[in-house]
Amino acid sequence: MKDKLVKNEAGRWVPLEINGEPVIPYQGVGKYIPLGYKYAPPLPSCALYPGDGNKMVGSLREALEKAGLRDGMTISTHHHLRDGDFVANMVFDIAHEMGVKNLRWFPSASFPCNNHLIPYLEEGTISHIEGSMNGPLGEFTSRGKMQKTAVLRSHGGRVQAIQDGEVKIDIAVIAAPSADPFGNANGLTGPSATGVLSYADMDVRYATHVIMVTDNLVSFPCLPMQIEGNYVDAVVKVDKLGLPEKIISGTTQITRSPDRLIIAEMTARFCEHTGIIYDGCVVQAGAGGISLAIAEYMHQIMKRNGWKIRVGFGGTTRYMTEMLRDGTMEYILDAQVFDTESIRSINENRNHKPFTLNNIYNYHSKGNFAQFIDVVSLGATEIDVHFNGNVVTHSDGLLLHGIGGWQNCLFAKNTIIALPLFRDRIPVIVDEVTTLCGPGELIDVIVTERGIAINPLRTDLLEKVKGSGLPVKTIHELKEEAEAICGKPDKPRFTDKIVAAIKWVDGTVIDVVRQVTDY
Amino acid sequence: MEGTSGNRGPSVRSDCYVAITPATSGGIVTEIKSKSRVLFGRHIENLVREVLLYYGMEHARVAVEDAGALPWVMAARLEAAIKQIAPAQKEFLLPELPRNRQETARDRQRRSRLYLPGDQPKLMINAGLYGADGIILDLEDAVAPSRKEDARYLVRNALRNNDLRGAELMVRINQLPAGLEDLPFVVPQPLNLILIPKCESAAEVKAVDERIAELNPDPHRKIWLMPIIESARGVLRAFEIASASENVVALAIGLEDYTADIGAERSPEGHESFFARSALVNAARAAGIQPIDSVFSGFEDLEELRTVASHAKAMGFEGMGCIHPAQIAVVHEGFNPGEKEIAKAAKIVKAFEAAEKAGIGVIALGSKMIDAPVVKRALRTIRLAEQNGLLNPDWRESDEG
Repeated sequence: MKDKLVKNEAGRWVPLEINGEPVIPYQGVGKYIPLGYKYAPPLPSCALYPGDGNKMVGSLREALEKAGLRDGMTISTHHHLRDGDFVANMVFDIAHEMGVKNLRWFPSASFPCNNHLIPYLEEGTISHIEGSMNGPLGEFTSRGKMQKTAVLRSHGGRVQAIQDGEVKIDIAVIAAPSADPFGNANGLTGPSATGVLSYADMDVRYATHVIMVTDNLVSFPCLPMQIEGNYVDAVVKVDKLGLPEKIISGTTQITRSPDRLIIAEMTARFCEHTGIIYDGCVVQAGAGGISLAIAEYMHQIMKRNGWKIRVGFGGTTRYMTEMLRDGTMEYILDAQVFDTESIRSINENRNHKPFTLNNIYNYHSKGNFAQFIDVVSLGATEIDVHFNGNVVTHSDGLLLHGIGGWQNCLFAKNTIIALPLFRDRIPVIVDEVTTLCGPGELIDVIVTERGIAINPLRTDLLEKVKGSGLPVKTIHELKEEAEAICGKPDKPRFTDKIVAAIKWVDGTVIDVVRQVTDY
Repeated sequence: MEGTSGNRGPSVRSDCYVAITPATSGGIVTEIKSKSRVLFGRHIENLVREVLLYYGMEHARVAVEDAGALPWVMAARLEAAIKQIAPAQKEFLLPELPRNRQETARDRQRRSRLYLPGDQPKLMINAGLYGADGIILDLEDAVAPSRKEDARYLVRNALRNNDLRGAELMVRINQLPAGLEDLPFVVPQPLNLILIPKCESAAEVKAVDERIAELNPDPHRKIWLMPIIESARGVLRAFEIASASENVVALAIGLEDYTADIGAERSPEGHESFFARSALVNAARAAGIQPIDSVFSGFEDLEELRTVASHAKAMGFEGMGCIHPAQIAVVHEGFNPGEKEIAKAAKIVKAFEAAEKAGIGVIALGSKMIDAPVVKRALRTIRLAEQNGLLNPDWRESDEG
């Protein structure tokens, strides 16, 4: 692989082949235009399915056997159960029992509960992961222990990869909080309610086999049909999909850290002063502590001015549903629900609707909702002096996070990265990001507790911020300030071995992650 | 013998724990555990060697458990550990941050002062960002007895090397006589004010003042004093304490200990401390210094704090203590002059200036005569309003007020 590296448009050396499949190096924002047709799964026939519509099978193992689980297959799961998920782990426990090898796991995200799978990666039940690798799974990958090369995609990139046939899903195992025997399903009710099932939508449409796993079987029809049963091969009833308290948090909490509150307050003031938020604006708020605090400050600004947010895109928390309830926000479009209050809201409030990842984030489609977002605030592990961003590796080179919707949100009209200038002595502003996940031309503003840096490309914002009294600095000044406090860190060392590829939203390879050297 | 200093454990951040065991041969052997070892392992190693060699320690085993300690924190931990093994006079000092060294005016505004425990570096690092008028590095009640020595080195280094962004730099020393032993650590450093806790007599103030004069390398540099009255005896001697030295600029009250001392319980209404607070305001004003209220310990309840702060202002206090950064903005709001107050003060000051210009000794507003103390208070209100951006700079020209 070493001899086939090329320098991509972002100046990063990337391979032309990953796991034996050809890949396209990153060509710039909006430069790669795909040709051809969407992938399609095999044509089914109604004649092959039970006439009474009852697709129940006795166990998940039986369903996997019927789906023909064998070596080298691609298994997809979704992450609506988050850190409470039992289902993905169950699938690979069964695969291990069956002696199946070299599976590709294609989750929409992984969580600490999935550390359970590390032994299966070690002994070869799973050959590699394409999705996100958090914490110990990331470290496992970074140390070069995964048999094949991992691939990291954004939520939108995952949808694009399924649609384009980059990843062909053999078996999609879908945890369904409520389902009927035909396979119609939703996330609204049941002991493991997730509110929505947006991350499963593409998988059921494109996978060859679809297995619904539920702990809340209802008789036909399961309404509303967030998943339509005629995509489904089999339905399995289990005792429990997961640990409810880890699926949905009882309450999501705004950060209590005074430093992070400073960042949030400054971000909100910046948005108000520069006119980024206004009556009728479109926003996306995350569930991170700083993002929630920003949402809360924005809520106050909207109310003070008598403004309304036309629509908020979720990940939804009670801070958004509160805005919906008091009329500050007109609609919530939701792909992920984080707390019990949001579950209640999506069940009761007709202006709170689920939507799919395809609609908001798929770059290979006829437009993205992401482009309508007036302002989004995101985090990062590193930002460099060219405003390039890293969200997957830490400065010491270890892969510790997934991309999530981060790359997709960069297409918002105003992308703000809000984060502390240093964490545990480690500065976040660096000369060059360890891993490139998003090009600087899409990152507009960096807000830290010690000042705000505006991308020089945004001359409009530089002009509008004048007279605001906000501490605007250059990104170089911020970097120097952090280094004066922390010292200038050394660089991590890597071997030549590529352990993971980072895909851009259009499926091209923007960067790779290399194995860390132990020292 | 082993020397140890610092904090460790899963919740510790921005700090480190060092354990030094001297040896007779083998050079300096380090064992560094740090989450940022890849990025800062070399820096940590270098600092360890530099500090040890500075104290002539050529052979030792040094274990460092680091949780992101900044260099000035780690240096304080190393120095404290070494001095347990081999007491030495000389101090290991990193280059001082020039912007921390600035004098403060006797009557500068002291609406808020943020208490920071002297052995908690994590809380110090961003302390300058919250906009408090003053920052107190506390060596007294917020530091456990076993941590007192560690805290002295950490507070000294924080004054020199932690960017405190123009806040008035204060240290609360321990109750005398131990507090006198704290002074050599902090007086030569960037420092504006010493708080004397549980103060009960003018003699204590004089003892601190004299020791500061001995230690202050620059006789022209002012280090102010703020005695804290925390007992019945202290309240009765408040005026004597307030006027014990020309360096006393403010008198504060500590209600937690005071209410215990008089056998009362602290209530939300504060009837039990009304006499003491009023006596303190009176004594401070009689001595021409600032009366400062206690801290408000219910840091979750910002609405209650708003009420407490505005009541304190109405009683004549000029500021109060804060134990959480979130309290600062609320306290400032409480002690800032209100709109009506500013408008009234502006009228008085205009009338006063017009009378001065005309050489008239008597000031009148409409048919009302204005006395000197009222003018004085109005001038102060206007100054505060100007300082805090509550008054248009060209207010003299406008018809408003």
